[in-house]
Amino acid sequence: MTDLTSLTLAEARDRLKQRAISSVEITRAHLGAIERAEGLNTFVAITAEKALQMAEASDARLARKEAGPLEGLPIGVKDLYATEGVHTQACSHILDGFKPRYESTVTANLWRDGAVMLGKLNMDEFAMGSSNETSYYGPVASPWLPPNWSRDRGRAAALSSDKRGLLTPGGSSGGSASAVSARLCLAATASDTGGSIRQPAAFTGIVGIKPTYGRCSRYGMVAFASSLDQAGPLARTVRDAAIMLRSMAGPDPKDSTCSPTPVPDYEAAVGRSVKGMKIGVPKEYRLEGMSSEIERLWARGAEWLRAAGASIVDVSLPHTPYALPAYYIVAPAEASSNLARYDGVRYGLREPGADITELYEKTRARGFGTEVRRRLMIGTYVLSAGYYDAYYVRAQKIRTLIKRDFERVFADGVDAILTPATPSAAFGIGEKGSDNPVEMYLNDVFTVTVNMAGLPGLVAPAGLSSEGLPLGLQLIGRPFDEETLFALGETIEQSAGRMTLPEPWWA
Amino acid sequence: MSVDLNTVRRIAHLARIAVSEAEIPHLQGEINAILKFVEALDTVDVDGVEPMTSVIPMRLPMREDVVADGDIAPLVLANAPLTEDGFFVVPKVIE
Repeated sequence: MTDLTSLTLAEARDRLKQRAISSVEITRAHLGAIERAEGLNTFVAITAEKALQMAEASDARLARKEAGPLEGLPIGVKDLYATEGVHTQACSHILDGFKPRYESTVTANLWRDGAVMLGKLNMDEFAMGSSNETSYYGPVASPWLPPNWSRDRGRAAALSSDKRGLLTPGGSSGGSASAVSARLCLAATASDTGGSIRQPAAFTGIVGIKPTYGRCSRYGMVAFASSLDQAGPLARTVRDAAIMLRSMAGPDPKDSTCSPTPVPDYEAAVGRSVKGMKIGVPKEYRLEGMSSEIERLWARGAEWLRAAGASIVDVSLPHTPYALPAYYIVAPAEASSNLARYDGVRYGLREPGADITELYEKTRARGFGTEVRRRLMIGTYVLSAGYYDAYYVRAQKIRTLIKRDFERVFADGVDAILTPATPSAAFGIGEKGSDNPVEMYLNDVFTVTVNMAGLPGLVAPAGLSSEGLPLGLQLIGRPFDEETLFALGETIEQSAGRMTLPEPWWA
Repeated sequence: MSVDLNTVRRIAHLARIAVSEAEIPHLQGEINAILKFVEALDTVDVDGVEPMTSVIPMRLPMREDVVADGDIAPLVLANAPLTEDGFFVVPKVIE
């Protein structure tokens, strides 16, 4: 009997349609896998009963030949999506006990299409982080063992509460990435503000796409930075990611930044020829001191695309070096505004205070973690009187320049841009950021430009490091041209060969 | 550009986050590390450049000015720490 958790989402979809397997069977198989993977700390809430109810309903629809595009497929949901009646806290203490009375549009779309909810996935608190180490619920471990570690050593570390030494899955969508890579769900919803889908995809050897800003609705997503946040899927193959995005995306009158453009059939783009496409390689992404391993992978990726009939051209995106610092002004500034609502009055944690101000100050001090507090303070500062022009407005002007760089390159006939996804393979839990917060921020150097310009970006696994850890490549596309990214991503995936994901060592 | 201890206290108050005296110097260090990092932006020529106000060119969608939902007070109050008669209850706001 095939291990049902080793199927891709597309394979499971097809077998369910053929009625070779049932949704209840495959859902149970995943619930079992989740139970055995407690040591990875990927799920913060498991909705087992609800999942089986949804699976039964899906089986009934499959029997009547009324299957939706995701009918019966067990999916994980990042904790920042409002799921009605179910734990939604963006992995923060300040939203203690919050169970929304409404559903996010993205998850409503998944349930409309027949998907089954396994539970809510761990993440960096309020999506602020690149390693899933800032979660109120503790760190997530990647299913990839550190180089030369035995299974026993891994198991012992997974049992410890700080999981020191095990690898981070990246962040902020660390729970989502780890769960997909460990085969605990067929795919997961995630979100990306500065790289939070793409960097974890690269670290765990899976596929992630952040679509164009406005492609998916942000209604019901706990907001971090409203002009940068975007929903997207994490999955094990490019085809699976395309299937997920098609369901997740679409117009929504409840989000005035959500585009009314119709959603194409993304799966149809997977396997499309890339012959004649022009791929840009930006020189400013070649960082000083960049590992030769990453440089070689990048060159190999270009070779694969050339072999498939695309042409490779050197391009220049001169404002690239300013994207990361500008992001660390814009994102915290918007966060300081969005997180002002967490005040202990209407939902979540409340710390008693003698007057209203004390209630606010004590609740927020107790409820927010140190990374969130750091970013809120920077955000508050750069928006305050006397500093608004020098910091926030200036950063927003630089954003215009960053976007213009891309527009110029696309106007020259470039269809997509190929870059590395991360400056390194996954690092260890506890290894970075304790001395200087900026050390952690540097993880996003290749990904933030894409959020700053509002463009779509896809990461596909492209190979292994010399230590045997996954490395990914990033493709950046024109606005609303996710189809080109899926076609190119599939070429990379086929050329690299399907990534062999780790066998369970954690149970 | 760097912040002094008083500015850190002021920022904490603006952000309505209680910070103990003992934590102020550490926070000052963190904030200054980030401010140092963003100093790189000072050299960019932004003359005549408009700040980005719309990420993707889009007109603000409008709708008919009619009541489309509502009457959901119990749902709105459902997650509140303390309520009474359809109100959120808080400590004294005005002296």
